[in-house]
Amino acid sequence: MSAADVFKPFLLKVDQVTDEAPDVKTLRLVFADEREGEDFTFRTGQFGEYSVFGEGECTFCIASPPTRRGYIECTFRKAGRVTSALAGLEPGETIGFRGPYGNVFPIQEWEKKNLLFIAGGIALPPMRSVIWNVLDLRDRYRDITIIYGARTVADLVYKRELAEWAGRPDVKVITTVDPGGETADWQGKIGFVPTVLDKAAPASRDTVAVVCGPPIMIKFTFPVLARLGFAPENVFTTLENRMKCGVGKCGRCNVGKYFVCKDGPVFTFAQLKGMPQEY
Amino acid sequence: MEMEIRSTDREALAKLFAQWRAEGKRILAPKKSGDKIDFAPVTSLDEVSLDQVQTVQSPKTAVFPRVEELFSFSSMDGRVEIRERDPAAVPRTVIFGLRPCDAAAFSSLAAIFTWDYPDSLFSARLAATAVVGVSCSRADEFCFCTSLGGGPGATTGSDILLTAAGGGAYLAEIVSEKGRQLVAGAGGLFQPAMAKNKESFLAKVDVAFDRDKIGPALAALFEDTAFWAEQSLRCLGCGACAYVCPTCACFDIQDEGGVSGKRLRCWDSCGFGLFTLHTSGHNPRPLQSQRWRQRLMHKFAYMPERQQVLGCVGCGRCSRACPVDMNILEHLRAVAEAKP
Repeated sequence: MSAADVFKPFLLKVDQVTDEAPDVKTLRLVFADEREGEDFTFRTGQFGEYSVFGEGECTFCIASPPTRRGYIECTFRKAGRVTSALAGLEPGETIGFRGPYGNVFPIQEWEKKNLLFIAGGIALPPMRSVIWNVLDLRDRYRDITIIYGARTVADLVYKRELAEWAGRPDVKVITTVDPGGETADWQGKIGFVPTVLDKAAPASRDTVAVVCGPPIMIKFTFPVLARLGFAPENVFTTLENRMKCGVGKCGRCNVGKYFVCKDGPVFTFAQLKGMPQEY
Repeated sequence: MEMEIRSTDREALAKLFAQWRAEGKRILAPKKSGDKIDFAPVTSLDEVSLDQVQTVQSPKTAVFPRVEELFSFSSMDGRVEIRERDPAAVPRTVIFGLRPCDAAAFSSLAAIFTWDYPDSLFSARLAATAVVGVSCSRADEFCFCTSLGGGPGATTGSDILLTAAGGGAYLAEIVSEKGRQLVAGAGGLFQPAMAKNKESFLAKVDVAFDRDKIGPALAALFEDTAFWAEQSLRCLGCGACAYVCPTCACFDIQDEGGVSGKRLRCWDSCGFGLFTLHTSGHNPRPLQSQRWRQRLMHKFAYMPERQQVLGCVGCGRCSRACPVDMNILEHLRAVAEAKP
């Protein structure tokens, strides 16, 4: 991107469209300009502004890991004007992308530790980038546990990848659906994520927890983690306030004096405890 | 540079206008239109209104237009072409006749638009703009520049500051190198100053509160929901305060014109409920009291801490424009005097 204009997007081509769940899709995107693609780097946890020209921009974390070069992926639920337009795209069509923006999950600091990933619903995509990033560097980390829940079986995203992770001997996967969301042949747990976490009771010693989910899930998950002995500075999450610019100017994503787009989106629970409830 | 003090008069200023026009510069100045006085392009000094305390709108449009095209695009057969704006093509502008508070506001805007990622269009517009302020000989009950470190004759932000000295004479302070260039070639129009003391020509604006107390007081009041509810009871969330504010910089980004259209940056306001509304329906600031708190916190607590500059210059426009008579000065006094 020319340093001159921060609002000028890269042009990306839709390479692949995957249906993940009802109204949830993943787009694999490649740079229209090969050299821009080669120069592009990001770190896990960062986000971007994706645009359909004529419809506008919207904000998602990059859902693919930086260890997979040559493309980026985003996963989103069709909800508003821009996501509806994104959901209607076919391979070969062009979108805009600005980024990468924001801070990162400090995965280097997590080396030689156990990792516990806890996600709910459509919040697995930002975590998927981290999960694949650490799985691609598997020998640097100890036990990896993934607890993922959704309202119903159909709402679970990345079903193929969940099966792949569950099939690995070096990853422990617990999936759950809310009571009433199960199907006749559902093999996973039934219950809300905080309850399932409580019962699974993963050890907190030398363990970093990453929690992504709707505000209500986050609210009930933190006390469980605290009870399990997790120090607030070892619990990470990513906030998703509404954004327009992504670069600390448009004024709407702030939580107190912090900009989610500049100081986040990644925060520890220790940081959140010192911040107002504006997320 | 060392400040030069000269004297000049209306006749000389009129010639200066002609010189700026000959140099291809756009001149924006307060101009009467109907019963409103606002900044508009002018070609001669005779069109300029200098008797009002303040214009309705601030001159920030010169550097931050209400709607600005960021770029345009055309789409055909899955291919998209982006046509960028040329920052070098922004108009060379002289803003004439703005008040010292408005001149000071440009550094607040610059603090937002140029930190971290620089904003090329804003920066180009600011660089191409020269500021000729005119000191205030009158103030009204809404003015509180002195409470925020400014003053009716403050030079901060002006490249040249004029002070009317009676009988069509002006004291001219050449504040910056840009100011010196503005009058370069007009040497004969500026005489050595007779009187160097401008104080007697300035309005009196009393200090209404201790500004050093506002930031800490706001931080202490943040969770006092009863205080914010009471303070914002009247607020309609109309956003008029933000639209007339010389330092409000919050914006929205929208596409217009279909697949071959434009991406626009438009003024926005933290007073609007939609400003922070998530697609899911969740809103981090669902109440008007929280949005009013955000307005004060951003200007008087967050910006001083993060950008080392206040987000307010005490121009009083928001109070004059508010349809339900919320006076920011009264609200700031309430903050300064609150016992949390």
